[in-house]
Amino acid sequence: MSAVMMTRKVRKWEKLPGKNTFCCDGRVMMARQKGVFYLTLFLIVGTCSLFFAFECPYLAIHLSPAIPVFAILLFFFVMAMLLRTSFSDPGVLPRALPEEATFIEMEIEATNGNVPAGQRPPPRIRNVQINGQIVKLKYCYTCKIFRPPRASHCSICDNCVDRFDHHCPWVGNCVGKRNYRYFYLFTLSLSLLTIYIFTFNIVHVVMRSVNSGFVKTLQDTPGTVLEVLVCFFTLWSVVGLTGFHTYLISLNQTTNEDIKGSWSGKNRVQNPYSHKNIINNCCEVLCGPAYPSVLDRRGLMRDDLPVPTSAAEPATNSNPVPQTTKTTAPLIPNEHTPDDAKPSIADSANAHAEKISPSPREEKLPSLPKSSPTPTKVPPLASPETDAEASFIAKDKAL
Amino acid sequence: MSTEFHNLQELRHSVSVATKVFIQRDYSQGTTCRFQTKFPSELDSRIERTLLEDTVKTLNSYYAETEKMGGQSYLEGCLACATAYLIFLCMETRYEKMLKKISGYIQEQNEKIYAPRGLLLTDPIERGMRVIEVSVFEDRGSSGSSHSSSVSSGGSSQR
Repeated sequence: MSAVMMTRKVRKWEKLPGKNTFCCDGRVMMARQKGVFYLTLFLIVGTCSLFFAFECPYLAIHLSPAIPVFAILLFFFVMAMLLRTSFSDPGVLPRALPEEATFIEMEIEATNGNVPAGQRPPPRIRNVQINGQIVKLKYCYTCKIFRPPRASHCSICDNCVDRFDHHCPWVGNCVGKRNYRYFYLFTLSLSLLTIYIFTFNIVHVVMRSVNSGFVKTLQDTPGTVLEVLVCFFTLWSVVGLTGFHTYLISLNQTTNEDIKGSWSGKNRVQNPYSHKNIINNCCEVLCGPAYPSVLDRRGLMRDDLPVPTSAAEPATNSNPVPQTTKTTAPLIPNEHTPDDAKPSIADSANAHAEKISPSPREEKLPSLPKSSPTPTKVPPLASPETDAEASFIAKDKAL
Repeated sequence: MSTEFHNLQELRHSVSVATKVFIQRDYSQGTTCRFQTKFPSELDSRIERTLLEDTVKTLNSYYAETEKMGGQSYLEGCLACATAYLIFLCMETRYEKMLKKISGYIQEQNEKIYAPRGLLLTDPIERGMRVIEVSVFEDRGSSGSSHSSSVSSGGSSQR
């Protein structure tokens, strides 16, 4: 049997389905459209810079040096929360591997029985009872899983997200189980920062106007006008949003559930996740355990590229990448190209064994003492289909 | 049992996976991580009921302890918030520590109980905390017809 394969080590994030962008070699995970996020950054950094440039020197001297110090601390906290919300994995659920998907399909068929020809099969729903309440779990056709309770599929990121709240373009990411508290703290601290800057702008203008007159004050510090404008409009939206999320947290609901009216009380439907106690609900959402990501973006895996030869069997040489959907669209645009690509002929049994081994999150290359062909060019990362078309030296190897 | 595997290495090199059984999540107590202790019928002939149930119950207790809302988790949360969560860049969270412990436990269970019976448990974290995957191995020598095309996980063994 002859098989030709070029193998190289890639990080798992490079093979993840979905429409996310990754930076810093998988450490940063965001949605594809980042334009509004850059606007958010610009508004926050710009307004704060104007505040530090125009107001802070005057207020530090005439009122107290604590004012700019507190502003700086608040600014750093806001930025930290924003970046944490934007860059972290919101709680994406990985798609089902083929065996799991098939297992679930078989279970569904067993439950539904024989559907007469011409009739639509019943919707794929699984009923579970949670704290005495019947909750319907829907089947996700993209991810091939029954979504856990409170999970939802984000069409913008093309992922199922656990405890899905909403997709926020302002932070350029979904808001879900893992980053909801950072999002809430971001809106809260941003409200405080906006109120702080707005208040001290007014104080500054009043204090200066007493000495120099109103018009001259505005001429001396033109930044103030801009800041007041930005803060005025931001105040209504951000403070309102913070209030809304405080309400949701106290009831242990997500935005998604609120919009859909899942626990609105119709037909005596109650929220089964609520502890019926505001403090307990707040503590669970804000002070609960920090859930780790289940995506393992930076884990290493082997990427076997099938070389189309007449002798190769497509089944055994198929790409062992764990995804059920064909990635025909180009994969995540990224700045990373593999610099440690080591092509080697891989034993297909070993490849399988590596995949099923439970302990290592990193999958090590087998130490096979076989001579390996060196490619003329390492192709930049792209979908498996385009990689197969890349040029490299192919050699027939008898196993 | 005709198949006796002395270690996991031997297991990998001499068998092929016949089928995989999935133990699903149990959502009856909410969204906390819990797996069903119902014994899958496909494993009836491979392992004693109580052994698998014990493993799943122990795993459930570990996960419950991890996600427990108590003084320690609140303290960790408040301390982290006070440092703008920068402390997580250098410190391992309690959840991560527990996951390591769980991983070690599964490895130990595999070596002691499941590998000798031709089974292998996969850590749920590798499957998105959705299922406990139990791989059922067949001895390659005894079942000559099962040169299945499920050698790589990209293919389905049911084809």
